[in-house]
Amino acid sequence: MTSSFSLSQNRRRWTNYAMHGLVIGATALALTPLVLIFIYLIMKGAGALNWDFFTQPVGSGDGVANAILGTATLVGLASCIGIPVGLLSGLYLSEYGRTTKFGTILRFFTDVLNSTPSIVVGVFGFAFIVIPTKHFSALAGAVALSILMIPIITRSTEEIALLVPNSLREAGLALGLPRWRVILWIVARTARAGIVTGILLSVARVAGESAPLLLTALGNLWWNRNLNEPIAALPVQIYNYATSPFPKLWDQAWGAALVLVGLVALTSLLARVISHREQLR
Amino acid sequence: MIVVMAQESWPVFQQFGLKFIYGTDWQPVQSDQHKPEFSALPFIYGTLVSSIIALVIAIPLSLGTAIFLAEWAPSKLRALVAYFIELLAAIPSVVYGLWAIFFLVPWLRSTVMPFLASTLGFLPIFQPPIVGFSLFTAGVILAIMSLPYITAVAREVLLAVPNSQREAMLALGATRWECIRKAVLPYGRSGIVGAIILGWGRAQGETMAVTMVIGNSHYIKASLFQPGYTMASVIANEINEATYALYAQSLITIGLLLFAVSFIVNGIARYLIIKTSPLGRGGANE
Repeated sequence: MTSSFSLSQNRRRWTNYAMHGLVIGATALALTPLVLIFIYLIMKGAGALNWDFFTQPVGSGDGVANAILGTATLVGLASCIGIPVGLLSGLYLSEYGRTTKFGTILRFFTDVLNSTPSIVVGVFGFAFIVIPTKHFSALAGAVALSILMIPIITRSTEEIALLVPNSLREAGLALGLPRWRVILWIVARTARAGIVTGILLSVARVAGESAPLLLTALGNLWWNRNLNEPIAALPVQIYNYATSPFPKLWDQAWGAALVLVGLVALTSLLARVISHREQLR
Repeated sequence: MIVVMAQESWPVFQQFGLKFIYGTDWQPVQSDQHKPEFSALPFIYGTLVSSIIALVIAIPLSLGTAIFLAEWAPSKLRALVAYFIELLAAIPSVVYGLWAIFFLVPWLRSTVMPFLASTLGFLPIFQPPIVGFSLFTAGVILAIMSLPYITAVAREVLLAVPNSQREAMLALGATRWECIRKAVLPYGRSGIVGAIILGWGRAQGETMAVTMVIGNSHYIKASLFQPGYTMASVIANEINEATYALYAQSLITIGLLLFAVSFIVNGIARYLIIKTSPLGRGGANE
């Protein structure tokens, strides 16, 4: 009796150890690609970085300067559309649309948009802007990116604004402020750090997007002088270089990837710092 | 958005009817003797197969990681590993593709795929000849990419399991693992299934990395070691070659199909996650 009892005790203990080991192993294996990707990025990418790389356009074969500027332009334009729309709909959802029918519908569509594959948004940009205007353009790319930004900003703004205590709103209203001032001056201000974090995360997300841009902004070998013309973007350039048959361009692809990951990481780091500082306050 | 895409796909359905969905021919070449033929089955097949391979690989790894993070990890390690997993989600798709072309494809072709072919080669899906740019490779890169999403949501679901459940189990003298298996996992089951389906949806819509490694072939082959195509990658790859209206419209129709699929899949996932976790709707964000 005792021996069989301790036997099953032993088995239970060993199963526990084995599962603990397996779980740690799974975690280690899950993180391996991350480490490998960073090693590759730094080893292969750092060699490609030099003065020409940051100053010459793609067409010269030595740099990606116009792609860097193109990504900045596209993200900037997309932000001009995406930030106001996302911010306002987020505030609407938290302030007016908590329980209304329209609020529920808006929330639903935001969620649908949020989980839509980015290529589908690109297809939409292609059908909606590129086909009617008959040419690829920077504007079409910016519209596609802004469609990707809006749901992210809307949801993060809503969630943060919901955390603002009602007593603050009531205090404002009791002082005789109209509702829109309470929202802009009190709610948006209190939730400022969280809202900025959401915006930065959405910027980091769309800066790395290439699928929708292939269908809208197309890419460009030279500097873009007109927003109605195709424009280069870093992710698209990486794709073009990586699938080309020339080893010299592969090096450029690694360099561009290193720059892109650096930019994205910097943006998310900034977002982290801002939200962290707010938590400490 | 739906309206614009539906408008563009209408002529396609008029021309090919439902055959567009179940036909296997994709012949975009247009000439006097040859009428172009479009149908989406090879891409639907490729999307399904590559995303299922991704799930088979990603489920054990991401659930293991989620369990480790929620139950076992010391609190300092917890934050660090969670941050790394987040980082994995932040890497742009095209960078995954670049890395896959120069590391994953040669490595799988020279080690993993020959091994599978020699041990499990009697199955039609692991039959040689071996091609590096294949459905299998696409599945592996998709597994890596959907892993952080599944892990993050599954972890939230596990953290939402009330501590009283664990305490009751441990008080009965259960080991840590028994507590996880008998108390924590059953409690969060539907949320975990939701997390997996969410990851599946991500894998189906993923474009760039897949386009770069799947080999882009219009034919359905039984072996996973052969090139294929997915719905997302055919759009990205061929839209610039779509020189006449019907070609472009066919690609837009594929976009519409993909949208419909992701809508359904995500709807199911979200329902399952809301059922178990207070996080619910926010789960799809990060």
